[in-house]
Amino acid sequence: MSDHITEIVIFTLLFLLVSGMGFVASRWRAPKDMAHLDEWGLGGRSFGGWITWFLVGGDLYTAYTFVAVPALIFGAGAAGFFAVPYTVVIYPLFFLILIRLWSVSHRHGFVTPADFVRTRFDSPVLALLIAITGIVATMPYIALQLIGIEAVLKTMGVTGDSVLARHLPIIIAFAILAAYTYQSGLRAPALIAFVKDTLIYIVILVAVLWLPYKLGGWGAIFDAADAKFQASPNPNDGILLNANNQVQYFTLALGSALALFLYPHSITGVLASRNRDVIKRNMSALPAYSLLLGLIALLGYMAISAGVKPLPGSSPGSVDNNTVVPLLFDQQFPSWFAGVAFAAIGIGALVPAAIMSIAAANLFTRNIYKEFLRKDATHAQEANVAKITSLVVKIGAVACIVFLDPQFSIDLQLIGGVIILQTAPAVVIGLYTRWLHRGALIAGWVAGMALGFWMLWQIPNAATGRAHFGGSAFPLSDFGFDTKVTIYVGFVTVLVNLLVAAIVTLILRAAKRPEGVDGTTADDYFADEGDPRIERQRTSTVDSVSST
Amino acid sequence: MAEPDRPPRTDRSPWNWLLLIPIVVPLLTFLYNHDEPRLAGFPMFYWLQFAFILLGVTTTTIVYQMTKRSRR
Repeated sequence: MSDHITEIVIFTLLFLLVSGMGFVASRWRAPKDMAHLDEWGLGGRSFGGWITWFLVGGDLYTAYTFVAVPALIFGAGAAGFFAVPYTVVIYPLFFLILIRLWSVSHRHGFVTPADFVRTRFDSPVLALLIAITGIVATMPYIALQLIGIEAVLKTMGVTGDSVLARHLPIIIAFAILAAYTYQSGLRAPALIAFVKDTLIYIVILVAVLWLPYKLGGWGAIFDAADAKFQASPNPNDGILLNANNQVQYFTLALGSALALFLYPHSITGVLASRNRDVIKRNMSALPAYSLLLGLIALLGYMAISAGVKPLPGSSPGSVDNNTVVPLLFDQQFPSWFAGVAFAAIGIGALVPAAIMSIAAANLFTRNIYKEFLRKDATHAQEANVAKITSLVVKIGAVACIVFLDPQFSIDLQLIGGVIILQTAPAVVIGLYTRWLHRGALIAGWVAGMALGFWMLWQIPNAATGRAHFGGSAFPLSDFGFDTKVTIYVGFVTVLVNLLVAAIVTLILRAAKRPEGVDGTTADDYFADEGDPRIERQRTSTVDSVSST
Repeated sequence: MAEPDRPPRTDRSPWNWLLLIPIVVPLLTFLYNHDEPRLAGFPMFYWLQFAFILLGVTTTTIVYQMTKRSRR
């Protein structure tokens, strides 16, 4: 532990600095009245272009991405680079969808995607399913952020033998996080995101300029990776794709892109922006992060080239590939710089974890508490319930890490991506047409979920020797096709979901089942800031002029 | 109160079709699944996919500029 003192000191100092910022954030662009879910959970719906860029970017590109994507590249090569086309496709895909969602939410005061579904389809049950899907998919995502921090702590040697000693640093970090999120709501991650991204940009730019110079150039780095994969027995690794994993590559990129903005936390970031223009401009500015992500991914190859050996995993004999990036920094840079890099990853975990817990809290408050438990809840009661729920969610995430095998969280996250995709027909298609019947959407959701679990259950993991939930690449031969090609589970299930929803719609319509009353009008989907029809009594912002 | 002079608002624009390009092109693996030609040491698989980021930015920027609502 002693040889990592500089790293630990710098990590701790930066961590404390942003924690201070988190508490101060409640007074930043402060409202007169924090006791309103719009203020606590959506930052007063007032964020301009820059804040939204940092907030949504800090939200989508998480510490776990920064650790896991290079780990994937380190282990499997080209297949892990799917993260780049995935984050290229996502913005043009959602360019038009998100402004419609923003407008209708702004007009009706929706805080969650389930709020929208509730009003659009007049179905509390469908909204409940959407809300529960969102909460269940978000929980393991928060736990993954902890795995990101853990990889850094492990590299610095901050580990103990007992369960408590091993997890104490994470418990402390999360207690601080929980406290300032409770107090400041979405303003805390929005403010901290500035620091996080500045640190990450600096660290990565230095790394991608300095490391290739030290390792003999990019050509040499790719050649070293190529040599490693040539020597490995796995047929699916390599610095290029092969005939069998190309379908998996693009279906995974497309499916993940579709899933990302269905996660409640991404929608929270979008709904917090001030107007439609902010969203549109961000759809062309956010790819700056994709560039960063691509460069970070390549750190996996640099680790191969530099001869990094990952630290042992939690089960005997396994290795934890998530430690390759921290180890690369530890070995190739002076310790003060490694400390900054580690802090960037650690703080990088806090921003999304805070937004995710807020999003889950919003879902619980609006679509379970207010819908089913206390219909006449006041704004202050809503805000209070959300704050307490955000604490519960974080305690749950910490418990996942402390009491479960971290691999379990990674498996759950894999399932999370597939299940959140099942909300696409109701949320995305629902923004454009109400043709699908509410009962049919429920049927489609059930079909997609069931098929998704069955498919994921079938997939073994060769590397760890487990028989189930070993990945998202489903061999088409299991459907009876004579091929070795694999396909992304989420892609298949969302297609089946849609098909079932369409067929059941025709049946329900023939049976003349009531469709409920659409609470939205065609014009709602184009409303913008300052729309005279906004019903909501907004809590006014003290200083609404000083926006960045 | 009726607002007779304002046409119904809409997001429709032929420019939106441009968005299909950066959605479809990055998914065509046969375009970039090659080692050669290398660029500054990067195999084509990597540099071309980096170039698609630029393609996405350019397209969304064009569509945004062309579909901006005229300010009243």
